Amino acid sequence: MDQILKSFLDNEILVYTIMAFVPLLWIVPYALFAVYLERKVSAHMQDRLGPMYTGGWHGWAQTIADILKLIQKEDIVPAAADKKLHLLAPYVVFIGSYAAFATIPFSSAYIGSNINIGLFYIIAVSSVVVAGLLMAGWSSNNKWSLFGAMRSAAQIISYEIPTAIAILVVVMIAGSLNLQEINQQQSGWFWNWFVFKYPPFVLVAFLIYFVASLAETNRTPFDIPEAESELVAGYHTEYSGMKFALFFLAEYANMFAVSAIAATLFFGGWNSPFGDFLGGPIWGVFWFLSKGMFFIFLQMWLRWTLPRLRVDQLMYVSWKVLIPWAFACVVGVGLWTLL
Amino acid sequence: MFETGSDIVKTSTGRVLRSEEMIINMGPQHPSTHGVLRLELVVDGEIVVDVIPQLGYLHRCFEKHSEAMNNYQQVIPYCDRLDYLASMNMDWAYALTAEKLLYLQVPERVEYIRVIMAELQRIASHLVALGTYGLDIGAFTPFLYMFRDRELILDLFEMTCGARLLYNYIWVGGVSHDLPPTFIEKTREFCKYCKPQITEYNNLLTYNEIFIKRTANVGVLPVDVAVSYACSGPMLRGSGVDFDLRRDDPYGIYNRFQWDVCVGKGEVGTVGDCWDRYIVRMREMEQSVRIIEQALEQIPDGDVMSAIPKRIRPNAGDCYVRTESPRGEIGFYLVSDGSGTPYRVKARSPAFVNLSVCPEICRGYMIADVVAILGSIDIVLGEVDR
Repeated sequence: MDQILKSFLDNEILVYTIMAFVPLLWIVPYALFAVYLERKVSAHMQDRLGPMYTGGWHGWAQTIADILKLIQKEDIVPAAADKKLHLLAPYVVFIGSYAAFATIPFSSAYIGSNINIGLFYIIAVSSVVVAGLLMAGWSSNNKWSLFGAMRSAAQIISYEIPTAIAILVVVMIAGSLNLQEINQQQSGWFWNWFVFKYPPFVLVAFLIYFVASLAETNRTPFDIPEAESELVAGYHTEYSGMKFALFFLAEYANMFAVSAIAATLFFGGWNSPFGDFLGGPIWGVFWFLSKGMFFIFLQMWLRWTLPRLRVDQLMYVSWKVLIPWAFACVVGVGLWTLL
Repeated sequence: MFETGSDIVKTSTGRVLRSEEMIINMGPQHPSTHGVLRLELVVDGEIVVDVIPQLGYLHRCFEKHSEAMNNYQQVIPYCDRLDYLASMNMDWAYALTAEKLLYLQVPERVEYIRVIMAELQRIASHLVALGTYGLDIGAFTPFLYMFRDRELILDLFEMTCGARLLYNYIWVGGVSHDLPPTFIEKTREFCKYCKPQITEYNNLLTYNEIFIKRTANVGVLPVDVAVSYACSGPMLRGSGVDFDLRRDDPYGIYNRFQWDVCVGKGEVGTVGDCWDRYIVRMREMEQSVRIIEQALEQIPDGDVMSAIPKRIRPNAGDCYVRTESPRGEIGFYLVSDGSGTPYRVKARSPAFVNLSVCPEICRGYMIADVVAILGSIDIVLGEVDR
């Protein structure tokens, strides 16, 4: 896609700026839709209707109205807060989750930056989020926020390890860190997807990745950093207005990022499940987004079904369950390929 | 950490903190304190070193207010507001006390209506307790399922007396209205509906692995501590004490029904942990349905109010009556000086007494466990603060 743009425009900086903004064209409408979806999914799971009035048909405009409300809100900074950090934190968090989109292949024709260490880059930049959360928790000068920030730092750092090891299984199969190449290796029918390779090792690796990604995005059952019944709202307790909305946007962007990586690594990314049927770059976007949305639905489903773990139990799950099993997968796949 | 000036930080009880400890305030505006309770937590990281409950944010001078009433009957709306999730049980306890002071025997039909109402209310109250408990643990969906089913009970109450929360239905000497014609049939329908719902809650929440992990072996209340703190109701039975006022000190007509007292057995953890208190409530709902079904079979026709004067004047004297509310032993102590106004009204409220054991069982657990323990105590601040 950057070649096509370059043929129209002379200015290279302009081309890259446009390329950088393309994911935003997806993320903002997606976040609006995902919040609406979350409300409707939760409502129907709980025998309710959810928003029904705003905008007419089934309350479709509810999240738009909410965003408009948040834009109008007064931006409150607590008197004793560290103002610079308080201001900076939501942007750091958002940048951390947005930067991950740079190397996610939306279709065979569009990828922000086709670098050969794409996967490694994603793992690296998504860690920036932790810094933002810590800044938010510390600068708010609120003990509850600090608890939330400390919890999320501990949680995200712990769960990056099983995530990385599960991803390593795919890297071992593909022999590449480039996400486009990983996708191309899975083309054809759906049994070419990596999740069906070397059963059951890659399937287990996928499950580990999915569970760990729930923790990385602070979703139930691992939502202890913002556990409503314990910490009120965790690190973003003291945020209001658009800054709060940015945290929200970052959370939903992060949800999509981890879902997209799951789709890319294990479920063929932009490949059609049925060989050449509905293939090609345009349909590729469709397949990629639907696979991503499916995992987002799974995350919502879990959120409205399961209770929440405790901090120490969360660490237990990461260090004593997920990491050993992830290593077992790596060893299993390694032995299988050797034999 | 954020303290300025003096380096010495003290709790409200005068305890000097060590340098790694810090005080955090839980409440009165905290989502898990079930109202306006304030807990002063002394924490060492995530570990709770001490809990100091601060009460009184909802104090309404119930006792003094009752003494200013013109009439014994006029106290009843204030009793409604004690435990606003179990108003029927509160009204009944007060009415029983006043009737004992009057040496009054209420008509047979009234006894049955009261039992049906109290047991329906017990189910409604336990539904709120269990639903909000799920919410405390982080499960949002069971909460709405339970509130949905509680609505059906509130519909029955609304049908009977017009109110959905504060009924003013059980009066001294009887009840305010007779049951509406379709009440018995509708209550039977509810009982039939309720049983499979309890199974559904069990599948969704009770035996959920994460829920068990969060509640088993947490907040263990040993028998001796429970007894020495005068805990009652599901708190006491959760610790394995087989004691229920409805059976062991029967009031009303409870001795005519077949039902079982549920006690905690430590099925998934230790006897007296949060899960035991939870399951006692869950099983009590099944027993309440049993009692209601039997009462609906036996209910006779007749008057719903005894022939008593509008302004009752008991002889000078005092009495104490205790009954089993969903939260435990609710007792009223009434002193009469022979006039039409109660001389002294004292309520012994179960949630207040049960809450007093909270610091004892919270120490050494984590902040998340304090939420779980507090939810399992099932406090209603209207009753704690009176």
